[in-house]
Amino acid sequence: MTAIETNIGSLSAELDIAEAWMKEGREVAVATVVETWGSAPRPVGSHLVIDDQGNFEGSVSGGCVEGAVISEAGDVLETGEPKLLEFGVADETAWEVGLSCGGKIRVYVERVG
Amino acid sequence: MDPYCLKRLNEARRTRKAAVLVTDLGDGRDRVVFEGEAVTGTLGEAIDKAFKSGKSGIHHIDGREYFLNVHVPATRIVVIGAVHISQALVPIAKIAGFDIEVIDPRTAFASEDRFGDIKLVADWPEEVLQRGDLDPYTALCAVTHDPKIDDYPIAEALKADCFYVGALGSRKTHGKRLERLRAKGLADAQLDRIHAPIGLDIGAANPQEIAVAVLAEIISSLRKRDFSKLRSKDAATA
Repeated sequence: MTAIETNIGSLSAELDIAEAWMKEGREVAVATVVETWGSAPRPVGSHLVIDDQGNFEGSVSGGCVEGAVISEAGDVLETGEPKLLEFGVADETAWEVGLSCGGKIRVYVERVG
Repeated sequence: MDPYCLKRLNEARRTRKAAVLVTDLGDGRDRVVFEGEAVTGTLGEAIDKAFKSGKSGIHHIDGREYFLNVHVPATRIVVIGAVHISQALVPIAKIAGFDIEVIDPRTAFASEDRFGDIKLVADWPEEVLQRGDLDPYTALCAVTHDPKIDDYPIAEALKADCFYVGALGSRKTHGKRLERLRAKGLADAQLDRIHAPIGLDIGAANPQEIAVAVLAEIISSLRKRDFSKLRSKDAATA
């Protein structure tokens, strides 16, 4: 007999990982897509979680800006100060790590704890 | 992010409760708000809307910038009866983004040939539903026409505050059903929540059209639901 399975939104499995990492005593940062314009690969609310060793799970884009977010997360973990990052084709500095899809996103990066 | 908020949020997600994580992007302070919990003012209104739409986003309120991340359990439909209507309801419900499961103890009806690759359970609802899986994010449709099969899940769905409970049958059939359910101890206020005859009145003339009417009624119940009723119930039992 098959039981009715509970279905948890797949958007946030990263939050379970963040909690597990926290319990292991790792420093954890959570990056969240808070705003998107145009065609953005990941919806608002998507998470990328990063630990103090640079391990990460999840995504905030199609892979184009994750590197930059992970590097910023290092600062956030160190200082404890959250950051609001913006990526898009319009911004010259962001172009190097820009979104090839032509969209624009804002990503909030914060330390857990 | 407050570690306590992270834990509460994950707990809500595991137990299929809707929650919003409210983050003040200015100072980084956050809090978890559960559906039905009263929050005053413009922020409260924004939270209510977020629960109903399921949409996360930024809100500018009183000069502050808040991010509301909505975590709503996946809505699903449990159909009692692997009948002709269900065969049409399954594919259109999937297109509309619902998880759907069909339960029917009659193995001739509940066959893979008739339904393909979906969750199909050839067993009595009493056996399947005893796990307490029905919840406010589940819709229940009872369409077997057979009280032996339909009555129990209808009663359980009402007790579990399923956001939609629909039952097939004419007004006369439904009248008799209400008598039986009343005898089982269900209150009139609960029985009033049953949609019967099932489906929006669009003059549906065949099983496929009835399936469309049922799905439309489920969507309407989901998007227009009023959780203040649950809130008052929680307050009464607290």
